[in-house]
Amino acid sequence: MARFLLHRLWQSLLVLAVMSFVIYGLMGLMPGDPIDLMISSNPNVTSEDAARLRSLYGLDKPIVERYGNWLQAALSGDLGYSRAYARPVPEVLAPALVNTLWLLGSTLVLSILIALPVGILAAARPYSRLDYTVNLLAFAGISVPVFWLGLLLIMVFAVMLGVLPAGGTGAIGDAGWWERLRYLILPVATLTLASVGGHTRYVRSAMIEVLRQDYIRMARAKGVGRNRVLFRHALRNALIPVVTVLALDFGFLFSGALVTETIFAYPGMGKMIFDAIMGNDFNLALVALLFATLLTLAGNLLADLAYAWLDPRISYR
Amino acid sequence: MTAPLPGRSPLALAMARFRRHRLAAASLALLVLLALFAAAAPMIAWVLGVDGETVDLMGRFAGPSAAHPLGTDELGRDVLVRLLYGGRVSLLVGITAALASAVIGTFIGLLAGYFGGRLDALLMRLTDGIIALPLLPLLIVLAALDLGKLGLPEWLEASEQISLYRIVAIVAVVGWTTVARLVRGAALGLRERDFVQAAIAQGAGPMRIMGIHILPNLASPIIVATTLSAGNVILLESVLSFLGLGIQPPMPSWGNLLTNAQELIWSAPALAFYPGILIFLTVIALNFLGDGLQDALDPKATAR
Repeated sequence: MARFLLHRLWQSLLVLAVMSFVIYGLMGLMPGDPIDLMISSNPNVTSEDAARLRSLYGLDKPIVERYGNWLQAALSGDLGYSRAYARPVPEVLAPALVNTLWLLGSTLVLSILIALPVGILAAARPYSRLDYTVNLLAFAGISVPVFWLGLLLIMVFAVMLGVLPAGGTGAIGDAGWWERLRYLILPVATLTLASVGGHTRYVRSAMIEVLRQDYIRMARAKGVGRNRVLFRHALRNALIPVVTVLALDFGFLFSGALVTETIFAYPGMGKMIFDAIMGNDFNLALVALLFATLLTLAGNLLADLAYAWLDPRISYR
Repeated sequence: MTAPLPGRSPLALAMARFRRHRLAAASLALLVLLALFAAAAPMIAWVLGVDGETVDLMGRFAGPSAAHPLGTDELGRDVLVRLLYGGRVSLLVGITAALASAVIGTFIGLLAGYFGGRLDALLMRLTDGIIALPLLPLLIVLAALDLGKLGLPEWLEASEQISLYRIVAIVAVVGWTTVARLVRGAALGLRERDFVQAAIAQGAGPMRIMGIHILPNLASPIIVATTLSAGNVILLESVLSFLGLGIQPPMPSWGNLLTNAQELIWSAPALAFYPGILIFLTVIALNFLGDGLQDALDPKATAR
């Protein structure tokens, strides 16, 4: 187990290293560079000054060398300054990360709380009217454009009914928990509606797969009750593939969070990444993107652990 | 032997199974209808006597009328005609990018499934890696790249269609994973089949075996996976265009028609509704269609 974990950790680190190089390289291909941005705000800079600045900051060096320098600085804890916020990147990133984790966490919990019972019920009676309805709704969930869903919810709850805020977070200062919650409802609802369909389908198909097994027929044959078969014999085995898919879905969930945060002006990582890319805030965009990758990889690693914990047959030599 | 039963070709059997899947059949009809309407956009504009580009600042946010069946937008342009033109772009991008993804995915899946071993491990790690990444932020970076710095010729960079090519390329870069996985799985099984082994024994080279013996047998998984990923492709295009990174206005697409919808949501909620419902219907129809095709084309499909 420890060896397997070590192996996976090493693999994740490798992916992270490759991604950091790829993203660093892509940042260099974005329109404008930091010196262009300096020049644009100061008309007195001559092209000689620009060239001197470029060599001063090492921007005229080959990409591999620049990446090496960045990596060295990053590993020693210097992640650079955000241009837009004029503060060190970690300081800017931390609150956004907390906000995003709230959004993702609430969505995931809510989505699973809905998907589990609904998926199990649908699988208990495959091809029944209930199953058909669930399937239809699940397809609707995976087919809806997240941003449009967000717009619709704003239209209904903020414009027509006027009961919930259309975006942002609670008032400045120490708002009460209810005030904060109110701003979280629509984003969480949007993201949950967009992800619960997929989750329900995973639960349903995993349960159907398990319910076909011989040991289920055996349990039924010896007279085990319906609910006990479903929850005791089938569910635990069905959870194994579900957990994996949920973890693999984390990247998708994060993409959804980016859209949701942008629509609702919710100050999380996704919106920050988008704004940073659009606003040429290279340092912030780079680190935030890497952090999002790191989060996803950590999610996958957790899934592997959960997998081993749920399935005693897996030994991981 | 008695008289043979009336024979039904595999295709006829598949068609029969497909027709039983009423939702999928309805979806196909809907998709064909949408495509026809989109294709007929110039004709419909001509019949109505409007085009999607004329700005009429005096007639902004007009309600539905004979001249403008769905009203006008924030610049007084006809909403229906812009929706249809947007549909042309969105459907075209969706189909092209899905086909491009299918070609890449088939190639990679075939290589991994047929050769197996190290190559398979490497390609599948790559596929898993791409699936696990938070794709949208990365696609936003790709969409924001300065094409001049990539060394593209200036005439191409300045061409009006560049945002079309670009979005197809971006989506295809990540869209191939579903097809690759399915093709790899199917190819893995086919490789062990007797007719492939026989071909190997007869001395056929890997190119011939993959091309002549394996590829035709992969048609159903490829068709199913391509249909299913076409839905995702359209969603990706719409979200990138919505964020202002995909198809660039004034060329309309269902995604970028929604870009301004958020500010206008207080004054003209209908403008935010139409493009979204069209995206939604197209994607759900593609998903139902893929689901139905899977049942129809999979010979092991259980009767429902």
